[in-house]
Amino acid sequence: MKYLDEYRDAEAAHRFAREIARITTRPWAIMEICGGQTHAIVKFGIDELLPKEVTLIHGPGCPVCVTSLEMIDKALDIAARPEVIFCSFGDMLRVPGSTTDLLAVKAAGGDVRIVYSPMDALKLAGPNPGKEVVFFGVGFETTAPATAMAVRQAAHEGLKNFSMLVSHVLVPPAIESLLSAPDCRVQGFLAAGHVCAVMGYEEYLPIAARHRVPIVVTGFEPLDILHGILMVLRQLETGRAEVENQYTRAVRKQGNLPARQLIREVFRVVPRKWRGIGQIAQSGLGLNDDYKAFDAEIKFGVAELRVEEPSECLSGLVLQGKLKPRECPAFGSRCTPEHPLGATMVSSEGACAAYYRYRREPAPAAAG
Amino acid sequence: MLSQMCLAIPGKITSISGDEGLMRVGKIDFGGIQKEANLACVPEAKVGDYVIVHVGFAISRLEEAEANEVFEYLRQMEELSELQPVGPDDPSSGGPDRSAGAV
Repeated sequence: MKYLDEYRDAEAAHRFAREIARITTRPWAIMEICGGQTHAIVKFGIDELLPKEVTLIHGPGCPVCVTSLEMIDKALDIAARPEVIFCSFGDMLRVPGSTTDLLAVKAAGGDVRIVYSPMDALKLAGPNPGKEVVFFGVGFETTAPATAMAVRQAAHEGLKNFSMLVSHVLVPPAIESLLSAPDCRVQGFLAAGHVCAVMGYEEYLPIAARHRVPIVVTGFEPLDILHGILMVLRQLETGRAEVENQYTRAVRKQGNLPARQLIREVFRVVPRKWRGIGQIAQSGLGLNDDYKAFDAEIKFGVAELRVEEPSECLSGLVLQGKLKPRECPAFGSRCTPEHPLGATMVSSEGACAAYYRYRREPAPAAAG
Repeated sequence: MLSQMCLAIPGKITSISGDEGLMRVGKIDFGGIQKEANLACVPEAKVGDYVIVHVGFAISRLEEAEANEVFEYLRQMEELSELQPVGPDDPSSGGPDRSAGAV
């Protein structure tokens, strides 16, 4: 397939890997932000092509994984109500809340439906006037234009029985938060290509300058990722800390202006809790005052719900790159995709699920 | 793969329908699988173009002219490396003193 197969060429991948080995003179730790990139790295064994000096740290860019326990509990509360049709991306159904998950709510008779797009949820509101249709709006900047469009369209149609539980998160404040932690090991970033396709990459310029870290906007195919790693390493090895764009075929500096306009019209920036990490200031999108009537937290009176997170799941450390999935004592034993302790084992973009699927053999240390 | 929220792959626009503007919709072919996508945010996209789609929403049109950049980089990189053979142990290839944890 065009734009796909050529970026998976093994021979070209090895040529990139040889160049990476040639220019690398010392240990470096690079974080890929996006769960989609983590998935590709583990699936194609990209990390295994790199010299031992280069460590890839898997970042928090999986929206399913970072949706707070509190928000999942709010979703469960709303989804269990008899008048509600609760619509969600399929990835969210098996994410464990405090006591249950959406799949169990569905099995117990709740009307929980998997949708591909927020627009599909919107289409259910008209034909079901006696029901409250609620869409669970999770995701990074990539899904925000679609969510914004659905809300805008609901307002345009004057729908009274449609609302959204919004849990959108933003990448740049998360990078800022990681870099501000005293024990941060990350020396360079692969920024998420599709987030930047929407938002552009100007907001990364002050982060790169302030923290002296190279940030390279990177695509999702194996050659893109190797190219991005090489660009970060070239900067690190020569003392530069700039924002560069590897993924030029999809990302412009300004991003997608109509999409950004939609986001601005519907959302405002809010503080957001991240599962396993805690609250990060200005790191989420919430509906602004003009669209408050579509806020499911207000409509269903769950805005004040507060939930503390339990401790056995170490996904917070995994999401911050402080622990590899296989180093978790529960990995593959008490925590599997069938019985997950945390969201990183649920989502296909979650680091734990990717390791479980492609790297299940125990780490050497655990084998003896 | 298409059921996932974020694992977006490029798809080819095979037809465009709907109103101009916000409800502009296209049929997109993802390697044989057909899906509909909203094209409101890629007003410049035409039939035959490739777009990146997230949750039913095209967020970027791929630039044909930029698509070979990765391979061009690879070619130039190898030409350069033939001119300046520098080994990983070469002490002259200096870098910044930024050991792990210094950030």
